[in-house]
Amino acid sequence: MYYIFIEDSLKSVTFVPKFVVSLNMNVAIIKYNAGNIGSVENAVRRLGIEPLVTDSPELIKNADRVIFPGQGEAKSTMEYLKAHKLDELIKSLTQPVLGICIGMQLLCKHSEEQDTDCLGIFDVDVKRFIPQVHEHKVPQMGWNTVEDTKSELFKGFEKPEFVYFIHSFYAPLCKETIATTNYIQPYSSALHKDNFFATQFHPEKSGSVGERIIKNFIDL
Amino acid sequence: MLAKRIIPCLDIKDGQTVKGTNFVNLRQAGDPIELGKAYSEAGADELVYLDITASHEGRKTFTELVGRIAREINIPFTVGGGINELKDVDRLLNAGADKVSINSAALRRPELIDEIVKNFGSQVCVVAIDAKCDDMIHPAGHPDIDGTWTCYMNGGRVPTERNLFEWAQEVNERGAGEILFTSMNHDGVKNGYADCALRKLSDNLTIPVIASGGAGSREHFRDTFINGHSDAALAASVFHFGEIPIPELKKYLISEGVNVRI
Repeated sequence: MYYIFIEDSLKSVTFVPKFVVSLNMNVAIIKYNAGNIGSVENAVRRLGIEPLVTDSPELIKNADRVIFPGQGEAKSTMEYLKAHKLDELIKSLTQPVLGICIGMQLLCKHSEEQDTDCLGIFDVDVKRFIPQVHEHKVPQMGWNTVEDTKSELFKGFEKPEFVYFIHSFYAPLCKETIATTNYIQPYSSALHKDNFFATQFHPEKSGSVGERIIKNFIDL
Repeated sequence: MLAKRIIPCLDIKDGQTVKGTNFVNLRQAGDPIELGKAYSEAGADELVYLDITASHEGRKTFTELVGRIAREINIPFTVGGGINELKDVDRLLNAGADKVSINSAALRRPELIDEIVKNFGSQVCVVAIDAKCDDMIHPAGHPDIDGTWTCYMNGGRVPTERNLFEWAQEVNERGAGEILFTSMNHDGVKNGYADCALRKLSDNLTIPVIASGGAGSREHFRDTFINGHSDAALAASVFHFGEIPIPELKKYLISEGVNVRI
């Protein structure tokens, strides 16, 4: 670990850890019809790794780490994955896989979003947020905390940390929950089963906390 | 609990920040990326970059800048200014912006909102509304909901037939992800946000409302979150000139019972 030195506007001095990760790591980002994929590519680059953004089964299968990112809608993304035979490919992966946002929801069993059957890695059904009081706006948009973290993905977390969310659907708490967030009710903000990890929030947009999560994933 | 957001706004002309030259200790004070990074380090929750150039070359420069911001900044950012049609949105999202903010173009052709939502999702579509209250009883802003709030376009120069609350409702129904409301009565006065109007907006809409225009002290931020029910507060000069450092503002807000990210 080494540090770079930044003087900020307050004339105070802060230390920003600059992570050192295994630079020869081969990270594939699955390319499909979801938005926001470039943000994940940029985030991995900021860690000093040049990722491959690809839909090639060969390249995805042979990668050391696979990220399944995205922002979008369940039905059309699931249809795209099927049409391009990426559904079976994703299910067959054995290296560590990180689903992000819609990527996480697609790894679940089913989504209420247009009644969509998903990949079924995680044994949980994705539901729509139902506001209970006026303050509950949907989508949840902004920074909320992840708590009760229990996974190597959250290595180094000593307190509830804020991460960035944008979503209208959520995975309820289940046996695969590895982090909890409270919005309208407590729900799964991260899931883990075997080699599959997933976050509902966007680590690539969650500042230094998010960087740590992506780094932890690559270091698994 | 979902945190209230603090959002610095940077005006960009020819690839450089227009305000913010008093921002100390930056290697290059006018560099939007240096400034954005400094804000991000200081605890800003999102950034807004507004392109205030009008020329074609300016647009190109701005798009290139958006690409650089996306590569360097690790928090969400919105871009606005000069977005007239879907292909402008496509260009800026492709360059790496998380959200786009539209204003006059939506007033001229509200269907643009539907098109953005359909093609890119609600979450990318911020609709900015500039409005002025024509018969406000107190210039300072209270009570300010009884007057007639008229929406303006072209940077506040051209009045429209639209009423603020009706237009905001329509924007919400068309599927926009957020509303960024600037009160022209309050903007630049530094006497607080238009909290009565903001509260009425926030309580009647199902999407988040960002308060803009009027921040002069840290109490104004507290007031817009507590009294105005705003989901986020945007400001420019109080941050650029270092009048209100973001870490201190956030500490103060927490002491006042406002949930913010630290």
